[in-house]
Amino acid sequence: MSINWFKYASPATFYPLAGKLIPLFYALAAILTVVGLYISFFVAPTDATQGEAYRIIFIHVPAAWMSMFIYLLMAMWAGLGLVLNTRLSSIMAQALAPTGAMFTFVALITGAFWGKPTWGTWWEWDARMTSELILLFLYIGYMSLTAAIDDVRRADKAGAILALVGAVNVPIIYFSVKWWNTLHQGASVSLTRAPSMAKTMLLGMLIMALAAWMYSIAVALSRARLLMLEREKSTAWAQEVLEQKS
Amino acid sequence: MNWGSWSNFIDMGGRGFYVWGSYLITLICIVLELGQLARHKRTLWQRLTQFMKLNKQG
Repeated sequence: MSINWFKYASPATFYPLAGKLIPLFYALAAILTVVGLYISFFVAPTDATQGEAYRIIFIHVPAAWMSMFIYLLMAMWAGLGLVLNTRLSSIMAQALAPTGAMFTFVALITGAFWGKPTWGTWWEWDARMTSELILLFLYIGYMSLTAAIDDVRRADKAGAILALVGAVNVPIIYFSVKWWNTLHQGASVSLTRAPSMAKTMLLGMLIMALAAWMYSIAVALSRARLLMLEREKSTAWAQEVLEQKS
Repeated sequence: MNWGSWSNFIDMGGRGFYVWGSYLITLICIVLELGQLARHKRTLWQRLTQFMKLNKQG
């Protein structure tokens, strides 16, 4: 029994599959958010030094992680679309961009709201904040570049180049706190050593990160379905989908 | 974590503005994105059904 690896590479089969998965991911996102928020406010204790202001961590860190993670995913899909010329890959890259931009914006704003009470300033041209702001411009650049070019396939290629070149910025953001050691503190949670956070605080943050992840999958898949239909409206499968709908 | 009273919870140790401000902005961003997605879907369906009608006539 040989596996057909490319079965879901074609929009016609991926469209119904995504349709079934989307409600599941929305439900997971909702449940995880409720559990995460409960832990964040009713289980996690007051912080010894920061008091209650630290509770912004439960959305700031998940949003920042998602902003970097989604950009890498976007660059990967865009690169795949460029190399393999697969339409669905480029559609996934374009479906992810707005959600990534939203999380980058949220990371910057919640960071500023956290910085004011604890550092005494909304903004600082610090290595981490500046590279995250550049990430926001990269997202906006990708979205406007792909929207500006009429021919969809050429827009995918141009966007892929920008996304791939911009990908170098993500490790810079991640390591900026170590390399430049400016205002923003180092990683409390890292892949190399045990997290330097209280258990319940860490648990709340990780659950909120999972919720953000589920949300991103649901939104990106929904947007991908719309892009698929839009691009392939004159194909047989799209006509069929439209007839069922109307 | 026992807040003691609703007003303590809202006050959030004197940092209520910053904590609730950031949660409110996050909620607004998510609601805006879901709204944009729903609008995108609605306009797409209208355009595509019309596209289909023209196809049939044409």
